[in-house]
Amino acid sequence: MKTFPRGGVHPSDNKLSRARAIEELPLPESVNIPLSQHIGAPAVARVAKGDRVKTGQLIAEAVGFMSADIHASVSGVVTAVDLQPNAQGLRQPMITIRREGDEWAEGIDRTTELVRECTLPPSEILARIKRAGIVGMGGAAFPTHIKLSVPAGKRVEWLIINGVECEPYLTSDHRSMLERSEELLVGITILMRALGVERAAVGIENNKPDAIARLREQASAYPGIRIVPLRVRYPQGGEKQLIAAVTGREVPPPPGLPIDVGAVVCNVSTTLAVYDAVQKNRPLVERVVTVTGRQLREPKNLLVRFGTPMSALLEAAGGLPEGEVRVLNGGPMMGRAVCNLAAPVVKGCSGITVLGGTEARRGAESVCIKCAKCVSACPMGLEPYLLAKLARRQMWERLEGEWATNCIECGCCQFTCPAGIPLLDYIRLGKQRVGALMRARAAANTTKK
Amino acid sequence: MANNLIVAPAPHVHGPESTRRIMRDVLLALLPAWVFSVVLFGVPALAVTCLAVGGCVTFEFLIQKYLLRGPRTVGDLSAVVTGVLLAFNLPATLPWWIVLVGSFVAVGVAKMTFGGLGCNPFNPALVGRVFLLFAYPVQMTLFPRPEGQMVDAFSGATPLAAVKAHAVSHTAVNYQDLLFGSIPGSLGEISALLLLVGGAYLLWRRVITWHIPVAVLGTMALFVLCVGLCEGMRGEELWSFPLFHLLAGGAILGAFYMATDYVTSPMTCWGMILYGVGIGAVTVLIRLWGAYPEGMSFAILLMNAVTPLINKYVKPRRFGVK
Repeated sequence: MKTFPRGGVHPSDNKLSRARAIEELPLPESVNIPLSQHIGAPAVARVAKGDRVKTGQLIAEAVGFMSADIHASVSGVVTAVDLQPNAQGLRQPMITIRREGDEWAEGIDRTTELVRECTLPPSEILARIKRAGIVGMGGAAFPTHIKLSVPAGKRVEWLIINGVECEPYLTSDHRSMLERSEELLVGITILMRALGVERAAVGIENNKPDAIARLREQASAYPGIRIVPLRVRYPQGGEKQLIAAVTGREVPPPPGLPIDVGAVVCNVSTTLAVYDAVQKNRPLVERVVTVTGRQLREPKNLLVRFGTPMSALLEAAGGLPEGEVRVLNGGPMMGRAVCNLAAPVVKGCSGITVLGGTEARRGAESVCIKCAKCVSACPMGLEPYLLAKLARRQMWERLEGEWATNCIECGCCQFTCPAGIPLLDYIRLGKQRVGALMRARAAANTTKK
Repeated sequence: MANNLIVAPAPHVHGPESTRRIMRDVLLALLPAWVFSVVLFGVPALAVTCLAVGGCVTFEFLIQKYLLRGPRTVGDLSAVVTGVLLAFNLPATLPWWIVLVGSFVAVGVAKMTFGGLGCNPFNPALVGRVFLLFAYPVQMTLFPRPEGQMVDAFSGATPLAAVKAHAVSHTAVNYQDLLFGSIPGSLGEISALLLLVGGAYLLWRRVITWHIPVAVLGTMALFVLCVGLCEGMRGEELWSFPLFHLLAGGAILGAFYMATDYVTSPMTCWGMILYGVGIGAVTVLIRLWGAYPEGMSFAILLMNAVTPLINKYVKPRRFGVK
């Protein structure tokens, strides 16, 4: 069975909610919609306090090259356009809408009937994707229309759909693949059309045999789409690892991109959003979020409108346990710890994971015994012990020479370290400094010229 | 809701590994061979082990507390492992005070002077052993000969020493004895089979990888085979020559337990292989042409010294870099 070439770890998968069908979360009384839910420039608000909006209406517009449109996720009255704390407690511009019913904007097809046919030209498909405000829903939140715009001189050979979901606990993509399999396949044909490629591969880890079987059965009716089961191994869902697992090609270090090896990768939920946008004219206003944790009474998969407070999702799953907990936006390997439960669910949020008990806090740190487990766990062929040591000693130039910028921050090194050293904390710091160093050098070079 | 939200950067979960667990696994792997040597050599073997372990733990505790003034570290069991490995390198009849001197050199000099666990450039147990070999050569080469299950203080030469002195040919050695341990030798070099069982356990638990043991033993076997060919050996004499060198002396103990010491061995797969090849080659050079019958300890210490250099020049294959 295929997998990526080196490194990786096996965290226990804890897919508690794998058998729970997707439920719709009741609409909240009000939503807080951040203007920045994507990589790039924040969108600019096109509504003001007091305006009435309908669900799916554009409320903030992309500006500049790298940005994404934002739509109202409920209907009602805009009560504020101001700064509100996000999940990390930082104040960010948000639009607050007090909900009144759920009236959708005109022209949006809300039926669940499957629309197979798509004869639109690629440019129109891209325009619709951009208009729907779609960004990568696997977590990175990269604007999808930019990812799909192939730069001149590059050729796409592979469209790869990421159904790996290698993060422990999370099951939102798994459930979506099971419950919306046909729409997913139509979404893939739309993406293939937009990119002008003949073949697409859906990478799914082997711990989801039901999803593999269902998609295999239905994919036979869609020429060019292949389902590729992958050996269970974290971080298989990392873009570079998935490309290597499916095609055997390795994306070069930054600034190298997947397109350099002829690949474009799109997440399952993103592909479904593309289907909704192109076939149903439906903008991105909701997503499936896994709410999970060993101590939650009812881990589930919820269909949630953007801007809904995280606390509402936790309540729906039975409420937080007493005592110390770590609440994560995302899964336990790469998710970000949340310090404000009133913060809204955004486009890139695939799950909320709650770790309690002994898992709430980090273990004690001891000295490095040079066991080399981090070196063999690193999927990028780096030496995490060395990178962390160099960062601790502030030796930034040497860090650059050791390929620190190639780190994908998957956390395998720290997960496996028997001494409990926070390797990735140091490496992240080192990467930032090396990045600043490289930018400063580039700036100096341009002024010289 | 009465909750304290804990905030920390990712990753938020940790694997089952810990330093203590690794050390415990090493001790478990050494257990069968140790029990066997206690059965074979009796109370003296037990006494040597207890003294070596007790000495190592006590010296680490005292130095950490009164000289380095750091946190208590004996709980990580690394001093226990050093003690057991040192005992495995000593004859069971060694006087008690020499064992203590050995554990002081191992932990006090080779480990704690460099800052304790993770900082020592040389394998502490081996430094202890080699020091004793130079300081007390007579006592260190006086091995009790096990006779069946009986304990007998009557000393004999190890098979390696006997072959080296041309007293016997390697074809005259009983290979079953080498494998199962009815031979004179230090605590840990008498049963190749039980050491291999422990080595397999370490591989299965992923405490060690195959690279170092295979490189060490493979190089030794190939090197010895070539020498045998050049000397015109044929048939049984030829093929038993490498087998003898793998089973006799400290080859198995060295390849699986001493050379694989994390702190003093390289970090990358190719580095480990290079290091293992070096150990195998130097061992054979000493065994066949050097002044000592056994060269494993010297070979490992020599390659320990090369390890930082290997780490500097042998790098993993970077993902996506041509």
